[in-house]
Amino acid sequence: MTGRNARRNLRGVWTALLTVLGLFLVACAKNAPQDTLAPVGPVAEQADNLFRPVFWIAVVIFFLVEGALVYAMWRFRRRSDADAPKQVHGNTRLEILWTIIPAVLLAAIGVPTVITIFDVAEKPVGANVVHVKVIGHQWWWEYEYLDVELPGGGNLKTANELVIPTGRWVDLTVTSVDVIHSFWVPKLAGKQDAIPGKDNFIKLRADQPGVYEGQCAEYCALSHANMRLRVIAQPSADFDNWVRGQVAPAPQPADAQIVDRFLNTCFQCHTLRGIGSGGGATTGPDLTHFASRSMFAGSMLETNARNLAAWLDNPSSLKPLADLPAGPTMRDYDLSQSEIDALVAYLMSLE
Amino acid sequence: MTTASVAQRSSAFARPTAKTGVWSWMTTVDHKRIGIMYGVTAMVFFVLGGVEALLIRLQLATPEGQVLSADQYNQLFTMHGITMIFLVVMPLGAAFFNYMMPIMLGARDVAFPRLNAFSYWAFLGGGIFMYSSFFINQAPDGGWFGYAPLSVKLPGHGMTVYALGLIILGISSTVAAVNFLTTIVNMRAPGMSLMRMPVFVWMTFVVQFLLVFALPVLTVALFQLLFDRTLGTQFFGDSTSNPILWQHLFWLFGHPEVYILILPAMGIVSEILPVFSKKPLFGYPVVVFSGIAIGFMGWGVWAHHMFAVGLGPVANTAFALSTMFIAVPTGVKIFNWIGTLWGGSIRFKTPMLFSLGFIAMFIIGGLSGVTHAIVPHDYQQTDTYYIVAHFHYVLFGGAIFGLFAGIYYWWPKITGKLLDERVGRLHFWLMLIGFNLTFAPFHILGLQGMARRTYQYPKNYGFDFWNLVSTVGAFVIALSILTFFWNVIKTRKRGETAGADPWDGRTLEWTIPSPPPEYNFAEIPVVHALDDFWHRKYVEDKEGRLVPVPAGAQEAAGHATEGYGGDDHGIHMPSQSYMPLIAAIGLPIVGWGITFEQYWLAIVGGVVTFAGLYAWALEPSTEELH
Ligand code: HEM
Ligand SMILES: [Cu+2]
Repeated sequence: MTGRNARRNLRGVWTALLTVLGLFLVACAKNAPQDTLAPVGPVAEQADNLFRPVFWIAVVIFFLVEGALVYAMWRFRRRSDADAPKQVHGNTRLEILWTIIPAVLLAAIGVPTVITIFDVAEKPVGANVVHVKVIGHQWWWEYEYLDVELPGGGNLKTANELVIPTGRWVDLTVTSVDVIHSFWVPKLAGKQDAIPGKDNFIKLRADQPGVYEGQCAEYCALSHANMRLRVIAQPSADFDNWVRGQVAPAPQPADAQIVDRFLNTCFQCHTLRGIGSGGGATTGPDLTHFASRSMFAGSMLETNARNLAAWLDNPSSLKPLADLPAGPTMRDYDLSQSEIDALVAYLMSLE
Repeated sequence: MTTASVAQRSSAFARPTAKTGVWSWMTTVDHKRIGIMYGVTAMVFFVLGGVEALLIRLQLATPEGQVLSADQYNQLFTMHGITMIFLVVMPLGAAFFNYMMPIMLGARDVAFPRLNAFSYWAFLGGGIFMYSSFFINQAPDGGWFGYAPLSVKLPGHGMTVYALGLIILGISSTVAAVNFLTTIVNMRAPGMSLMRMPVFVWMTFVVQFLLVFALPVLTVALFQLLFDRTLGTQFFGDSTSNPILWQHLFWLFGHPEVYILILPAMGIVSEILPVFSKKPLFGYPVVVFSGIAIGFMGWGVWAHHMFAVGLGPVANTAFALSTMFIAVPTGVKIFNWIGTLWGGSIRFKTPMLFSLGFIAMFIIGGLSGVTHAIVPHDYQQTDTYYIVAHFHYVLFGGAIFGLFAGIYYWWPKITGKLLDERVGRLHFWLMLIGFNLTFAPFHILGLQGMARRTYQYPKNYGFDFWNLVSTVGAFVIALSILTFFWNVIKTRKRGETAGADPWDGRTLEWTIPSPPPEYNFAEIPVVHALDDFWHRKYVEDKEGRLVPVPAGAQEAAGHATEGYGGDDHGIHMPSQSYMPLIAAIGLPIVGWGITFEQYWLAIVGGVVTFAGLYAWALEPSTEELH
């Protein structure tokens, strides 16, 4: 093999390596609502603080090892077929060295890792802590505010959007009613699986008000991609206001036809506090304050009259749905146009 | 050979004797032919898995992709994963175990030639069975690790096919593992002590141990899943049972499985580097022992796939530390490979390019692997494209590059023709570039919060650009694979004749003609050293420099002619047989019967398998032919 060829190979290798690294660096510059590299809450920040030094150590090792590889390829390329390289069979000292150095390095990474593992597993305590139970459903999220009792008994339940106060710890109990899901709001914290029959713990805190995007991260069949969620962080006073608003029951609809529809069809799965419910079964999201949420259908669709009308007409035209063994999902109920109009008008009034 | 006929015609059929044509392949028990069939079949599945990948990438090229429905997407990503793992990488490894391992040991065949044929046919049957589910548009759709309770609850036949198909493939791999273990323990040529075995054979050995112990765990879990789905048992499927149990069982198999996938490639690369560096492998015993260490430690890291499951901080700590420490023997291997290159005389032939590509890419996969062990940050990484990037760097950048290195390296031995170097180089560079274009962006996408296994992603999440780049890369990979096929076609007729030893090889397979005769060695070689063949060609002077042995002196050295010449008179190879094929055909029939609840069909399949096994047990391995 000629030197020219070797040089050409070398150049190719370098280009490939630099491309890979270049891609990495560009990544940090971009703005993305689920970016784990731009954490906001302390839990996500703690993880990020751990990752960054490890990432840079990995970059250094990458250059050292790939550099040694590429250097060896170039330096020891064959010049003549008569080359008679020294026949080295090994070297015990080197072997020990390159066993110990990585081991020590890994141990050094291990210590802060273990400390942080226990740190983020610690439950927040105090009167300020907000407790919410997060329940995964195919394919939407339900939130039960364990500290907020309703006048009629039971706790406040909402869907899709988790509203929290800023600056206060939120202690989440994560579980599921059907298959395994995973609750994930990248800017605030890593994910935690929602497993039927098991209560998992995760905590978050948002120190700045804002909307934090998230989604289900464990494959849960057909509409897994559409099982999105939002965390809305508001200043504590706004949050208290919000709670007061949510506790109020829904107003009676003016139109009797709607009540009929709710009783016969929607209440099989949904609840409308003050009006009726499907016997406490929560197969579908609580609709009491439907229009107070910015998104619906697993935080997939913006809450507006047009989307809602299309949804009521035929939900699976907007989001893949299928009959589920755990209970039927929403389907086309052959509503007439006037029924749809009346339902949309009423639901959009449920602030 | 005995003159008295020990053979009785105990089978109902006359023994097959075709030496050419379809039936010669259907009834062969020759480890080399079986190896070729494994390789060709795995390549067909590679194309299928690749087409699935391209469809996935087309769907994801733009936000809110409309190429596939959610249901189609879910079937395709599940089948893509299953195909690449169980129908491509594992059988490609098996192709080399079959073809090369006995020759590298100086043996004429494996310990149980008919069992070997059965392994292949069961593998093919399992693959066809899995793929048949596409015809009813109900391919498995629960992901390749089939998490319960979803895998129990998913409607349709898909996950039943998954359980049965993997059980059949597991039978194939388990009997193959027993066969290869027996072969390596018992059939080494005289003088081939364990520490004179080529590293590839060592890695084969470790892999078979992993298979023998890991597959039963999976098989048990699959039967439980099957019973949950078909008989209504409740191992994983409802709130009274424990869905986490499935994950423990699956990953207790699944983590050793990833070493099953990568160790053969590591073995191949350990063979190729010395040949093209003109230097022995640096630290042979260390490379061997680190392979064994990886094999052992691989049993203690399974829950690193489950950090977000909520096992608690103590369990997560234990598995984080074990995961970090398995990186040590892995790193040691990489350093020894670089040590092999160091001071050598490196020839950049295609097999060497792929081996170097393997090392370069595997380093990246290894480093991202260490970042997964940072548990609090793995809560961010797991189930995102960052993970998808990691396992493609180890499985594609690692295993597939290593296996292609093996294909280019041993192709001349298997076919007698050299693959074209220029086309080979083109293949390599296209694949390296395409691979990095496709998978490097996944690191970014994952860290930017793109979840895996999602058939669509919304606009305005910052995912658009890198997804498009990745799709372009996938088509560059496809082009590189086409280049490989072009190379095969081009050299089939017009390729350069290889001769016995085209690369100046070190191990026994290069002492025999290309392609090898059915009996491999006319005379069983006697082995005097590690890299025995090399030592027949070269000696080291006092400074450790290489001096070629003049042709005549080889005789004087006393062992050069062993393995050559001799005459093949009176070598009796095991006779061909229909029985492994028949026994294997029953398995997918049982599968279809159970899937469609046509139990009569399952019974028919069972009878076919049983009849095949029964007749097989009665027929002698070598039939005296008159
Ligand atoms: C042309 C080459 C390939 C491309 C473009 C490709 C692309 C992809 C993509 C995009 C996914 C993610 C699907 C999702 O999560 O939604 C995926 C998953 C996967 N791929 Fe590949 N891949 C390729 C080759 C391979 C090879 C060679 C292997 C193994 C040796 C492999 C093993 C896997 C596995 C195990 C999964 C996970 C499947 C699952 O999530 O259940 N792929 N691939
Ligand atoms: Cu989900």
